[in-house]
Amino acid sequence: MVDISNIHKTYITGNNKLHVLKGIDLKVDAGEMISVMGASGSGKSTLLNILGILDNHDHGEYILNGVRIENLNERKAAMLRNKFLGFVFQSFNLVSFKNAMENVALPLYYQNVKRKKRNAIAMEFLDRMGLKDWAHHLPNELSGGQKQRVAIARALIAKPKVILADEPTGALDSVTSQEVMDILTDINKNENITMLIVTHEHDIAKRTQKTIRITDGMITEIIKN
Amino acid sequence: MFSLDRWQEIYSTIRKNKLRTFLTGFAVAWGIFMLIILLGSGNGLENGVKEEFKGGALNGIWISSGVTSVQYKGLKTGREIKFTDQDYKLIKTSIKGYDRISARLYMGNVLVSNKNEYGTFFVSPSHPDYGYIKEVQVLQGRFLNQIDIRECRKVAAIGEKVKSQLFKGRDTVALEKYINIKGVPFKVIGIFRDFGRGDDEQKRIYIPITTAQKVFYTSNVINQISFTTGQASPEEADAMLKKAKMTLARSHTFSPDDPRAIDIMNKSEDVRRFNALFTGIRLFIWIIGIGTIIAGIVGVSNIMMISVKERTKEIGIRKALGATPGSVIGLIMQEAILITGFAGYIGLVLGVGLLELISRNIPPSDFFRNPEANLAIALGATVLLIIAGAFAGFFPAIKAAAIRPIEALREE
Ligand SMILES: Nc1ncnc2c1ncn2[C@@H]1O[C@H](COP(=O)(O)OP(=O)(O)OP(=O)(O)O)[C@@H](O)[C@H]1O
Ligand SMILES: [Mg+2]
Repeated sequence: MVDISNIHKTYITGNNKLHVLKGIDLKVDAGEMISVMGASGSGKSTLLNILGILDNHDHGEYILNGVRIENLNERKAAMLRNKFLGFVFQSFNLVSFKNAMENVALPLYYQNVKRKKRNAIAMEFLDRMGLKDWAHHLPNELSGGQKQRVAIARALIAKPKVILADEPTGALDSVTSQEVMDILTDINKNENITMLIVTHEHDIAKRTQKTIRITDGMITEIIKN
Repeated sequence: MFSLDRWQEIYSTIRKNKLRTFLTGFAVAWGIFMLIILLGSGNGLENGVKEEFKGGALNGIWISSGVTSVQYKGLKTGREIKFTDQDYKLIKTSIKGYDRISARLYMGNVLVSNKNEYGTFFVSPSHPDYGYIKEVQVLQGRFLNQIDIRECRKVAAIGEKVKSQLFKGRDTVALEKYINIKGVPFKVIGIFRDFGRGDDEQKRIYIPITTAQKVFYTSNVINQISFTTGQASPEEADAMLKKAKMTLARSHTFSPDDPRAIDIMNKSEDVRRFNALFTGIRLFIWIIGIGTIIAGIVGVSNIMMISVKERTKEIGIRKALGATPGSVIGLIMQEAILITGFAGYIGLVLGVGLLELISRNIPPSDFFRNPEANLAIALGATVLLIIAGAFAGFFPAIKAAAIRPIEALREE
């Protein structure tokens, strides 16, 4: 599903060059659930951004679901993200003035699904997250766990091939974190959606099939859980 | 691009940012309001002055005899110039390209009666062409004709006010009846309407000039020669006037530069001056109006710019979820167009409403009447608004499209 080899990424700010990713090779099969661990600044988010086509790599090869990701224009990248990828972030990234249902429905708006239809689908997904009663609430009226469940519903609604989650439990307490992981593992099992989860917590990492450790821009260890 | 869904998306954004939207729109509404009021007032001014030009061909030139004020060829000043039929014929043959020409006598206000009804009216002996030069509208019967002139008929074309005063009652027939002018009976051959606003123009009686010369003057004197210049250009019209002036100056031996020997009223020149003045005023109004609108646009653009900055995260999220740069540009531009368009429309309606109120409640005067904003102005303003909105949204939209999701979404 995800196949990268020899990925390099250097950030240039002013006169400084920061070589963040120094040749990453990784193969993730369809339906696999993988966690990524590593020290702060080791390049985990950078890797996830490249996998999410939110950023481009300098060197190496990235093949997503058989499509070679290289020199894409923004429009093409946006379309691939919409079709293949779902994102879950540490700080949820919900649109503050849209209610839960509208937030969940947003990816379908960019697929030109009619408003009525996409809101109905969004309600289904919220229902699956146990948030049906919160559909018309704004994000600031929801708890952290509820927000993250809305974000997960939003990541799922376009039926992506891969979900990329950057510290999805980073802002949650341990009980809520486990609940969110329950949902993610369920989705992985039942829908066969490939998952990459960046985390700092061993408890979370343990619940995935494989843990990849990144040190200073390189994969140094792959642990089977 | 203009899907209903996009509008709903924009509507929900606007609804959730009411104050910002209101502030943005206000400047534009004000700009358009001012433009409409200015343009309407300009029109009112123009209509008021235009009214002054009514009743007489816009290409008419009137030359009346006067008194010399410049010594010329040994002749002293204060000499009275007297036009005769000879001058009329001379001008008729010497100037080229005129359309209509007529001589006139000044009889002034004269007592006229119909049996027991009396009135003082301005009796104006002239040629048939004077009806065209004065642009009178014949309501009944006819105006003077060549046979009247040739046969020195005692006939009269009377103004509608003359009719109503001498022939009281709506249905009283005046045509073919005789009225008495200075003791001489004249047959009424026509009733006309004059659009001029002077009292004497409304109460006028035209009789054949030849008849008047024979009956009242026993000479071939005339007081005024007038002609229209047809399709002539301003330069050609000027040339005709100059030729007429030279002809008269030579035949009566006065200096062509004497400003008093003859008195000239050149309507086309007045109209030209008036048009130049109002072109200037209109230009001035548009410059001020457009300036006000530009200020509004800059305001909208600025606020949209801030709004885009505030919405960086939202736009980043949208992009991560699959928004293309085009759709982001469309979103921002359309929002700008919607706000400008809607606010501007409110300004338009308020402006037109105020003008309507003014024109209903302020009586028309010589300087101001019917301050109107016509359909063309409203349409023009609408197009202007949409363009303005697009301008206002353009830079913010470009900025929004350039937002990189990784930067917008970076964890703090
Ligand atoms: N857009 C950028 N421009 C310049 N440098 C960047 C940029 N994004 C990240 N970096 C730098 O790249 C390095 C790796 O950042 P990255 O966000 O990938 O780390 P991380 O492993 O996700 O860390 P954390 O666990 O703290 O989230 C850091 O030193 C960071 O400062
Ligand atoms: Mg990170």
